[in-house]
Amino acid sequence: MTATLPPDTTASTGWTTVCRYDQLQPERGVAALVDGQQIAVFRLFDGTLHAVGHRDPVSGAHVIARGLVGTRGDAPTVASPMYKQVFDLRTGVCLDAPDDPALRLPVHPVRLRDDWVEIGAGAVAP
Amino acid sequence: MSTPAPRQLVVVGGGMVAHRLVEALVDRGGVADGGWQVTVLAEEPRAPYDRVALTSYFSGRDPQDLALGDPALWDTPGVQLRRGVQVTEVDRAARVVRTAGGREHGYDALVLATGSAPFVPPVEGKDLPGCFVYRTIDDVAALRQYVTEVDTRRKDSTHPRPVTGAVVGGGLLGLEAAGALTALGVQTHVVEFAPRLMPLQVDEGGGEALQRLVGALGVQVHAGTATAKLTAGRDGRVARMHAAEGSAAGLTHLDVDVVVFAAGVRPRDELARACELPVGPRGGVVVDPTCRTEDPAVWAIGEVACLDGRTWGLVAPGYTMAEIVADQLLGGAAEFPGADLSTKLKLLGVDVASFGDAFGTSPGALSVVYGDPVAGVYKKLVLSDDARTLLGGILVGDASAYAGLRPLVGRELGGDPAAWLLPEGAEGGPASAELPDDAAVCSCNNVTAGSIRDAVRCDGCTDLGAVKACTKAGTSCGSCLPLVKKLVTTELAAAGVSVSSALCEHFDVSRAQLFDVVRVTGITSFSELVDRHGRGRGCDICKPVVASILASLDSGHVLDGERATLQDTNDHVMANIQKDGTYSVVPRIPGGEVTPEGLIAIGEVARDFGLYTKITGGQRIDLFGARMELLPAIWERLVAAGFESGHAYGKSLRTVKSCVGSTWCRYGVQDSVALAIALELRYRGLRSPHKIKLGVSGCARECAEARGKDVGVIATDNGWNLYVGGNGGFTPRHAKLLAEDLDTETLVRTIDRFLVYYVRTADRLQRTAPWLEEIEGGLDHVRAVVLDDSLGIAADLDAAMADHVEGYTDEWRATLEDPEKLRRFASFVNAPDSPDPSLSYVVERGQPRPSTAAERTAGEAAGAVLVAGPRLEVFSR
Repeated sequence: MTATLPPDTTASTGWTTVCRYDQLQPERGVAALVDGQQIAVFRLFDGTLHAVGHRDPVSGAHVIARGLVGTRGDAPTVASPMYKQVFDLRTGVCLDAPDDPALRLPVHPVRLRDDWVEIGAGAVAP
Repeated sequence: MSTPAPRQLVVVGGGMVAHRLVEALVDRGGVADGGWQVTVLAEEPRAPYDRVALTSYFSGRDPQDLALGDPALWDTPGVQLRRGVQVTEVDRAARVVRTAGGREHGYDALVLATGSAPFVPPVEGKDLPGCFVYRTIDDVAALRQYVTEVDTRRKDSTHPRPVTGAVVGGGLLGLEAAGALTALGVQTHVVEFAPRLMPLQVDEGGGEALQRLVGALGVQVHAGTATAKLTAGRDGRVARMHAAEGSAAGLTHLDVDVVVFAAGVRPRDELARACELPVGPRGGVVVDPTCRTEDPAVWAIGEVACLDGRTWGLVAPGYTMAEIVADQLLGGAAEFPGADLSTKLKLLGVDVASFGDAFGTSPGALSVVYGDPVAGVYKKLVLSDDARTLLGGILVGDASAYAGLRPLVGRELGGDPAAWLLPEGAEGGPASAELPDDAAVCSCNNVTAGSIRDAVRCDGCTDLGAVKACTKAGTSCGSCLPLVKKLVTTELAAAGVSVSSALCEHFDVSRAQLFDVVRVTGITSFSELVDRHGRGRGCDICKPVVASILASLDSGHVLDGERATLQDTNDHVMANIQKDGTYSVVPRIPGGEVTPEGLIAIGEVARDFGLYTKITGGQRIDLFGARMELLPAIWERLVAAGFESGHAYGKSLRTVKSCVGSTWCRYGVQDSVALAIALELRYRGLRSPHKIKLGVSGCARECAEARGKDVGVIATDNGWNLYVGGNGGFTPRHAKLLAEDLDTETLVRTIDRFLVYYVRTADRLQRTAPWLEEIEGGLDHVRAVVLDDSLGIAADLDAAMADHVEGYTDEWRATLEDPEKLRRFASFVNAPDSPDPSLSYVVERGQPRPSTAAERTAGEAAGAVLVAGPRLEVFSR
């Protein structure tokens, strides 16, 4: 497997380059390993990027990036492939149990710089 | 305050009516916890079963298929079922019953539900070997065994001739028995004393139509004939039936091998007689409208009760009596409202229905009759003297109007009565939607149109299944189901409920409708489909459905282009996700046949990749613990050894299970393995609404458990019997017979059509059993479609399957050959070969398994290194 390694990973800026934008298929996630953390990265149909925790809080397995992407109402969503809970990709909230903080996915900053997808350090505070 | 000791209820008899009594008591919370302690003393060695469906036991059903209701009823605390118990005495003074085993059961309330015994006319020779009655599973089993024995002896003899049987009695029970004998391949005669068949249910015209229809099925009817005596042959078994003098058509005798007495029943009222309870003039324990006997502590229900001066030989009034007693035992005041003696039956495949005042005995009654001797149909409606109100009717040959007509008895029919009799106007009838709330729709369980509407309006039932569970409508004989379904649909529509058929928030149509949309429009992508016929960007419900539909309509690779985004992870990576996020891999092993080299290859792959191996229920081998990034390497090894994807991950054909068949087995009559392999290779990769499993057994011993499959094939001496609609799982079902003695070519064509028709019309995640139940017209309809091309689509179905077979490719191999697809198997986009660092395993019984949370904590605390995990030794590509 020949993935082009990303260019400089600049810890000083707090952003880690994980892949080229065109490596992401619309509506199909990938997992990225950032500082030992597993992060699920999604490119949506409209081209926007989202990054949430790869760990499924229900099963404890690291599988969120492999879930089906879709919408619920206006919310872009991913459904866990394990037990099918649906999460809002913008907030990480589990739409099947919005009041349960234990079922919330951490949301990570993600940005496009030139043609590269970068993940920001730390999770966005919910 | 102490709880009062529970009161003791003893039920003598373990039939359908006893079952209903206990069910009603439990349902109303009347058992245990200060209520009743129930003891049911059943003479038969089994739990109550569906005696009405006894004949179906001949078409290959198990006794278990006749089970009534939820078997957990008998595990209810406070309910005790004692089987094989003969009650010998009721001591009313001491309030105890005594059994043949010397036990005593004290009671506060006693219910006699002893039912009836077959009536055997007192003719000479009635006890000869080869003479049977027709009442219990044991009777039926004994009859079957005897016929099989005679048949085997015949086949081995120098003058083979078919087994011949006579049924004494041409009523309802007699025709049931004749059906059973015919199903066993017996040349059957029916001897009826009255001048026509079913004299209690149908009139002369109906009887004639019935006799013609039954005769066309090879059953010879001798009406107006009395049996004088039976004589034995040299072997001491029954050999000849002698007709009484003056019998119609001058019949003197019949040479027979087996005789079944089905000339009516007599109430089992001997216990009541012995304890001096009053009995009716023609038998039966006399009860008042509350079903209570002269003794206030003793009740009688079902066929043994004599109520209104007569006994009641149908299950519906029996059920009503059971409900009444349950109500009375709980302090209610229910009384017998009179019974509906309507019947609708399929005897020997012939529809017969009789309802209300079938004989037109009401003063001034008029009859409208429609007869078509060519089509074998006779229909009669009995109307009031002004020809407006329906009083009753008889339907022979086509009883489809029954469900709509019966609830209208006593009501104005509206419009031209003849419209109900003509073939077009029949189904459901014009007036079903306006049926008054108090009209009884299900007479077996006494459910009115109003209760069905309430179930939808008030109890939130949104489909037929829920309404059946809630009201019990249609759960006994099922003849009212078309009407129940219609009422439910109408009521749902009235309530504005449309959710039931909408797939999800993105599509307002059902899977079957969406299938048609895609087929007609030729749309090939999800984006275009959701754009034009839906909204939003889909979800985990509609996306896999669309993927499956697209896969059914053209045979592109499941990971082509946008389609890859529609697939659930299992379909996406072509393996089955497990609880830790790794996958299991199942190579196809068609028919469960595998060479030693194949087994060794699989073993080597498992060993080299550190996979846990287990034999599956579908006769293949599952390899667990494969990390996503290793799947291509594993497939490469398997494909090199000649294996391909087993589609264990897909809503598609799984396996065709087989027994070893005639090539090795001394009992096998056909080569089941060869057929199973051929079928598995034909249908591999076929995408469907749910998984599909097949089975092929090489003889009637059924070692492949084919009847637990969606499509089951069982070898016969003459070919193959085809069963459909079976499954295991949460709600196990036995497959039902679709066709008999097919040659291999016809069999394959029939399965082709069945599968394509299912794929096209079933709902999402609907397996074949519920599909067959839901589809309009049920199994008969599907049989007509696939065997007689009733919809004119057979050529289309055949072409669809031919396309599938032609277009099949192994998805694993296709993926390995495409670097673009392989990219998807990277564990991390920025570290494609790094394993998931959270995985860890322990060894158990010599194989790895995921560690538990407790084991991880303990392992980390002790600083121990868990086996395998990311350090698992792997084969490197």
